[in-house]
Amino acid sequence: MAWELNQDRPIYLQLVERIQLQIVSGYYKPGDKLPSVRELAAMASVNPNTMQKAFTELERSGLIITQRTSGRLVTEDLKMIKKIQQDLATEQIVAFFEKMKELGYSKEEIVNLMQTAVREVE
Amino acid sequence: MENLVEIVGLTKVYEGRKLAVDNMNITIPRGKIIGLLGPNGSGKTTLIKMMNGLLTPTAGKVLINGFEPGVESKKKIAYLPEKTYLQNSMKVSEVVDFFGDFYDDFAKDRAYSMLQALKIDSTSKMKTLSKGTKEKVQLILVMSRNADLYILDEPIAGVDPAARDYILKTIITNYNENATILLSTHLISDIENILDDVIFIRDGQIILCSTVEAIREQKGKSVDAFFREVFAC
Repeated sequence: MAWELNQDRPIYLQLVERIQLQIVSGYYKPGDKLPSVRELAAMASVNPNTMQKAFTELERSGLIITQRTSGRLVTEDLKMIKKIQQDLATEQIVAFFEKMKELGYSKEEIVNLMQTAVREVE
Repeated sequence: MENLVEIVGLTKVYEGRKLAVDNMNITIPRGKIIGLLGPNGSGKTTLIKMMNGLLTPTAGKVLINGFEPGVESKKKIAYLPEKTYLQNSMKVSEVVDFFGDFYDDFAKDRAYSMLQALKIDSTSKMKTLSKGTKEKVQLILVMSRNADLYILDEPIAGVDPAARDYILKTIITNYNENATILLSTHLISDIENILDDVIFIRDGQIILCSTVEAIREQKGKSVDAFFREVFAC
């Protein structure tokens, strides 16, 4: 199954986010070897050069480490993974607040709604 | 690395009629998957036919690997025409043998593994196959060559979506880094994720040459949406 990709944003950015998510969620664990560019490109049904660009970006950020002999590995720096997890969470929260503001809620109202929702889930 | 294709001042006028290709200039590098996109009658097939030596340019020239279209260029180009040309009386396996005899760079094992994956019985005669299956066979034959340049004229138009996904995956996994794939299509949304670059053609002229990512970045929309905007009727 090809990866669900959004139509209107650069593909490599979406691949970067997708792989970040796979690492943060533990699908790929610290120190795991990643599939080759070509294998991942085939899995995602994207151009191999685009996947390569995503990998380059992930290497630049340090989340992925390339070793000449053993291919590409997920970093074992847990702090870095935690940091990316928090960044992704913050992005989600910011986007959520934006949407709620569009619906006409104030910050306090949003927090109250959240607390009520959390209680109901419990 | 040197360019794989060089097109200089290429022009084709059909017998006193219309200017099908109008002074086109473009170079195509190796290692790319390129979409040739344009509305019906924009000159895509005429351009492709000149690259394959099936039509003679009125002016200008095409060089493939430095050679004008001919025996040398045909060794390097795997071409999927818009119409089928395979003998109806032949079995699929005979067609595979035929390609194997014809082209030095033909990988029979690859052809058979693709036939198997798409559940095509190689003992069936071509005439018993559906239109879509015939197209699949033809595409398999073309993609089983180890060519430098694959030119595919509307490769997925008649093929169902599931087979389309398989074919695209096959293209991604099979082509080597020194080869280029040039494909013309109307089904942009199905293929844009696998393209490096796109060439937009209108009235025989190249009106845009860009990477897919640059279009998405600069226009904030997919190539498909951008195409619809540029070519709105």
